[in-house]
Amino acid sequence: MPPAPEAATGLPRRAVLYGGAALTAGLLIGIELPWGAARADEAVPAGKRFNAFIHIAPDDRVTFTLPAVEMGQGVYTSQAQCIAEELDVALDAVIAAHAPPDQANYGSPVFVVQATGGSTTTMAWSGPLRKAGATARAMLVAAAAARWRVDAGSLTTESGVIAHGPSGRSIRYGEVADAASRLSPPTEIKLKEPAQFRLIGKPMHRIDTPDKAAGKTVYGIDRMLPGMKFATLMASPVLGGKVGSVDQSKALAVPGVAQVVVLDDLVAVVAGNTWTAMQGLNALAIEWAPGTNAGLDQAQLWTNLEKASLGPGVVAKRQGDAPAKLRDGDVFEESYELPYLAHAPMEMTNCTVHVHDGGCEVWTGTQVPGFAQTGAAKALGIAPEKVTINNHMIGGGFGRRLEVDGVIKAVRIAAHVDGPVKVTWSREEDIRQQLYRPLYHERLKARVENGRIIAWHHRVTGGSVMAHWLPPAFKDGIDSDAVDGATEVPYAVGDRLVEYIRHESAVPVAFWRGVGPNGSIFAMECFLDLIASKTGVDPLAFRRGMLDGTPRALGVLNLAADKAGWGTAAPPSPFGTRRGRGIALMNAFGSFLAAVADVAVSDAGDVRVTRLVIAADVGKVVNPDILEAQIQGGAVFGLSAVLFGKISFAGGQVEQGNFNDYRILRIDEMPAIEVHVVPSTADFGGIGEPGTVVTQPAIANAVFAATGVQLTRMPIDRALIAKGA
Amino acid sequence: MDLKINGANHQVDVPDDMPLLWVIRDVLGMTGTKFGCGIAQCGACTVHVDGIAIRSCQLPVGTVGGRAITTIEGIGDTSAGAKIQKAWIELEVIQCGYCQPGQIMSAAALLAANPQPDDDAIDAAMAGNLCRCGTYVRIREGIKHAARA
Ligand code: FES
Ligand code: FES
Repeated sequence: MPPAPEAATGLPRRAVLYGGAALTAGLLIGIELPWGAARADEAVPAGKRFNAFIHIAPDDRVTFTLPAVEMGQGVYTSQAQCIAEELDVALDAVIAAHAPPDQANYGSPVFVVQATGGSTTTMAWSGPLRKAGATARAMLVAAAAARWRVDAGSLTTESGVIAHGPSGRSIRYGEVADAASRLSPPTEIKLKEPAQFRLIGKPMHRIDTPDKAAGKTVYGIDRMLPGMKFATLMASPVLGGKVGSVDQSKALAVPGVAQVVVLDDLVAVVAGNTWTAMQGLNALAIEWAPGTNAGLDQAQLWTNLEKASLGPGVVAKRQGDAPAKLRDGDVFEESYELPYLAHAPMEMTNCTVHVHDGGCEVWTGTQVPGFAQTGAAKALGIAPEKVTINNHMIGGGFGRRLEVDGVIKAVRIAAHVDGPVKVTWSREEDIRQQLYRPLYHERLKARVENGRIIAWHHRVTGGSVMAHWLPPAFKDGIDSDAVDGATEVPYAVGDRLVEYIRHESAVPVAFWRGVGPNGSIFAMECFLDLIASKTGVDPLAFRRGMLDGTPRALGVLNLAADKAGWGTAAPPSPFGTRRGRGIALMNAFGSFLAAVADVAVSDAGDVRVTRLVIAADVGKVVNPDILEAQIQGGAVFGLSAVLFGKISFAGGQVEQGNFNDYRILRIDEMPAIEVHVVPSTADFGGIGEPGTVVTQPAIANAVFAATGVQLTRMPIDRALIAKGA
Repeated sequence: MDLKINGANHQVDVPDDMPLLWVIRDVLGMTGTKFGCGIAQCGACTVHVDGIAIRSCQLPVGTVGGRAITTIEGIGDTSAGAKIQKAWIELEVIQCGYCQPGQIMSAAALLAANPQPDDDAIDAAMAGNLCRCGTYVRIREGIKHAARA
């Protein structure tokens, strides 16, 4: 049995712990949560943890328990920057721990539930975490002042050391942590002024990078436990089907296969290693009872959605009387359709579970530890307190790990296995058996008078993620996420009506990087280019004319256009003779971004994005380097979606299965990306998703410019833009 | 059979047709090398066999013989590997990091074979390594940065 990597190597200095274990003696600081739940700041006895973000051990080790989960977006670093700034400790002296399931302490101020997503971490947590840091610092200083019998105001702090200038004395945090933990926290806390910042706003190196570069980071899929078995699984290829009959003998005949677990909807093979489990699964003869979805077919799914979009819808926003104004005059109308999409993070769904002694222990990477805990408990019919969740670094989330179907399936399998079992999905299972970005139909109508839009109607039709994920947020028939980006727009477009129609199919849906604005803003931005083209105006000039009321939007639009050289031709490319340049703007997640894309289109209709220029005003910034990385990465996610992204159904089964037919962008297809950031003192905006949202319509508009064909269904269909098509 | 990994000898009792990836990960417990697709599409499982970057998910362990295997855990001991890792840290190439052991192994093999790779050489060597977080811009910069080191 291989050793657990951490046990074998000992704890690295800047380790990332799992499950918040290993906190023993010292100072623990909690905070008052912004929505007013629970308690005020309170020091807790050494060794006991509640409502806690900071732990200072007598040996000076500082551990931050970070409420938002790290999945590549850099929040371990940005959250640590916020605490360390106010606490006055060096960032590289900090140990980051994953928060356990604990909604009262780590529930997101945005979602209330404990969740990392929606580009909310910085706006939600920067304030509370800074306050926690400042509170701890004040208590440490007070303890030192008491020891030296001096005025706390005469003490200074830097890098975990308290100094008394007049006497030249100094003392380390660890030396006073115990005394400090017995003081009452101050009632008034003063946070630093921006001019005093040493960490916030600086491109600090990420705390998780060195381990990741060395291959030492332990993701959920890397967890090793003594006596662990390895399993893989297969659910019914037809959505929602059940297991009919299984001849287990062929799998059991594979040397090393220990067990076949047959549940009503899936079959798992348990073995001494993952590959043997996969061999066993391949050898199995499974007969499926396909159930009611065997006829599910993509053309029908599109047709049903289109029919549903005819209305009537629930009003999400009404301003003036758009329908009346849209009855005559120069009225334009178009619909845009967005496909199902899989998240396909590089770390496929996996979960390790040990069910024993009436309880259950889970090792996985999740964006929602609380949901994982209650999901596991429900599957086993036990109390949530009997379930321990050990969270891990996530090898890419993008919304996939906001769902706990992988945890629940693993728990149901593990209930039949003696000892701990790691359940690893194949890539095919991961693509075919997940919850997808909903199919969206975006119907738009606008009236133009004297070159300006005077009435606007946007109707969003699609499955609701909110309705199952956070039912209280699905109010009055409106999915606030699906219409995000449609209800509030940066443009002055006159009278407005925005409607939502919930239309569910058998296909389960989930949040996907960029969420609702991926659909609503894509449609709006493409529609604006359609109107501009039909009325013979420049797409940039047309947009500028509607942005008087939103200077931040105008600012990024002008900056992107300027940096991209708007008005000149897209540069030649050996990839194709037809070239085009497209622009798009977005305001969502509290941020403003504009993108200009250059494309070349081959005679066969293949599209290559040759350059991408993005301008961003995201308000205040905790870490400008992470901001740039998130915009670059978000843009690539959008590129993959527009160029290739499609999950489709035939005979009730997903037609794609691996990276050969569910393509994501490769480096040799990668354009240069320039990111220009507008300095801003506005509130923190989200940065994880905007790059994905703004890139897609910019590319679609560039293809329109290059070919004269506006594609209204994504992804790009090369047949429709092949030369002579 | 005997395997030479990162300079150390390991004895394993596994079938010949078991892919090297799973021997490394599940049997030997060296989890730095990642599983991403299983069909040589993503590069997450890249290791070096006698210095050549190879997709270990498609390499039957029985074909390796006495050749030297290097994984992400050992690549820092090579000059090209150390340069790449340093560049990756200095330029903050990494996001979620899951693809990065494979990226680093491919980049290190490239740099060892071609100390001054241009964009075309980088694209050719790295096109088999997918990154869902989209770190490609910085991977390109990182390789050039390492080449200057
Ligand atoms: S796992 Fe080997 S190439 Fe993807
Ligand atoms: S860094 Fe996340 S997949 Fe590449």
